[in-house]
Amino acid sequence: MIATPALAPLFEGAETRKAATRNAYGEALLELGASNPDVVVLDADLSGSTKTKAFGKAHPDRFFNMGVAEANMIGVAAGLASQGKVAFASSFAMFATGKAFEQIRQSVCVPELNVKICATHAGLTVGEDGKSHQMLEDVTIMRVIPGMQVIVPADAVEARQAVLAAAEIPGPVYVRLSRASTPVVFSDDYRFEFGKASVLRDGGDLAIVAMGVTVSAALDAADRLSAMGIEARVLNMSTISPLDSEAIASAARECGAILTAEEHQENGGLGEAVAQAVVRSHPVPMEMCGMSGSFGQSGTGDELLAHYGLDAAGLVARAQQLLKRKQA
Amino acid sequence: MTLSQEDRAAVEAAARQIRIDTVRMVHAAACGHPGGPIGMADFMATLFLRHMNLSPETLHQPDRDRFVLGNGHTCAGYYSILSQKGLIPRDELLTFRKMGSRLQGHPHRSPDMGIDFSTGSLGNSLSVSLGMALAAKSNGWDTRVYSASSDGESQEGQIWEAATAAAHYGASNLTVLVDFNNVQIDGHMRDVMDVRDLREKYEAFGWHALDVDGHDIDAIDAALVAAREETKRPSALICHTLIGKGVSFMEDQPGWHGVAPGDEDARKALTELGIEGAELAAMMA
Repeated sequence: MIATPALAPLFEGAETRKAATRNAYGEALLELGASNPDVVVLDADLSGSTKTKAFGKAHPDRFFNMGVAEANMIGVAAGLASQGKVAFASSFAMFATGKAFEQIRQSVCVPELNVKICATHAGLTVGEDGKSHQMLEDVTIMRVIPGMQVIVPADAVEARQAVLAAAEIPGPVYVRLSRASTPVVFSDDYRFEFGKASVLRDGGDLAIVAMGVTVSAALDAADRLSAMGIEARVLNMSTISPLDSEAIASAARECGAILTAEEHQENGGLGEAVAQAVVRSHPVPMEMCGMSGSFGQSGTGDELLAHYGLDAAGLVARAQQLLKRKQA
Repeated sequence: MTLSQEDRAAVEAAARQIRIDTVRMVHAAACGHPGGPIGMADFMATLFLRHMNLSPETLHQPDRDRFVLGNGHTCAGYYSILSQKGLIPRDELLTFRKMGSRLQGHPHRSPDMGIDFSTGSLGNSLSVSLGMALAAKSNGWDTRVYSASSDGESQEGQIWEAATAAAHYGASNLTVLVDFNNVQIDGHMRDVMDVRDLREKYEAFGWHALDVDGHDIDAIDAALVAAREETKRPSALICHTLIGKGVSFMEDQPGWHGVAPGDEDARKALTELGIEGAELAAMMA
């Protein structure tokens, strides 16, 4: 029997309990500000949206608003970190990683510095702002850089703990956060462990490996599959790099089929990362739920997740296809 | 204020050594960038001998001065001055750019050698230097951060993002020395991309900016003193230099930006730098 961590009830009556991971980030920064004098925070004119503003108010001497200039922000963060600071740098995921990729590679990862890039507004759930703001390639371009450690929290409870952990983990860290309020998966006594996937529900017919907002959809999908007599194991892969390949190998051996779910491009994202671990350990049939090479569009977060097959119904449909391949 | 004859002679000797080491290192590597470091030799020697408090004794002192070589391709000269300061063994210089060497083709951050940051990608250096300067200010340290840059690097937009922010934050402990030799890899700036008057540009961005003859040691020293005395604004010293200065056939030649001299050119260059007889024969052996 696999020990599963404490989960919060996904539904309270008809309502899903929701919170935004970016709010949890802002709260964690305040905790770090009080506990660690080396922590400094940088933002690129989005501090109200990324939730770094409260840190700036509490510690104006340790907060640097760099204006609308993300490449410079990352370089300055690297310079600060080279002198012993733990530098948190924030913007929207599109700009923090897209505009500043080269600076992240050259000035943060090559010299292996303590820069923690906590990017909000990642993925489809940005919603109405549309494709220019829906960053769907950030996990790919961050996890491919040597030394970059990538965390995608499943909910606000995990986000708070991941941010606190990022301050302690040596070297560069990327934390992917959301704008929208998303379902709360974990109860408050959940403990995030960096580099470890957690099994949220056990099952032997297939494994659903999810990250970020799709974790709650995966749990919902597993409930619906269970009602059809299909038992799915659900893994929360909140650390994408380094990847917990042991947990993936076990899932492959014990479940015989793997479905991945991500609010991100399948190319280079969680799906490919898991596939790499699977082919190196115990090859089994896989399906990937993610963006299949298209940009997003305007809409509400929930509409977009449903449209691109990343809600519970979408995952159930793909799970059924996968099981046909497993049985073939 | 001018330097005493003795002090000036020491800087001149260090600058000459940078030129000699650069020719030898790039020749031995059979690749690299000789023209830039030879042109920068006078201001690099003045900075490291008379202003940077970097030495084997201060190496691990957290509040010592910092240096970032923005135009990282000119690192042969940087390695030379670090070796002259006792931070890199002299006999290691000829491992430059070779497999397994600490002296990478572009600098890699190496606390044991006093290399404060990894560079090589143009445009990134001023932001990093600003971060160092802000860290020093927030710690209440007297640290000065020196950043070498170039006219070519000034074509990168990130330089101007950093220039905006450095003025905004009043980073008076930051000084950038811009090697302005009017040459970039593809040719003269006027033919490739003219950056025009960098002193005016830095001034417009809110900096304390000075034009300096990059081969006049007294003028360079005076400008560095003026930068140190400035208490509100970051300083930009636009050092007007001649690429390849001191090696006649390299001077003002874009062709010597990124091409290594062969045996004959290396011998000729070293002869022009005053190496002769048995010493020259030993160097070329």
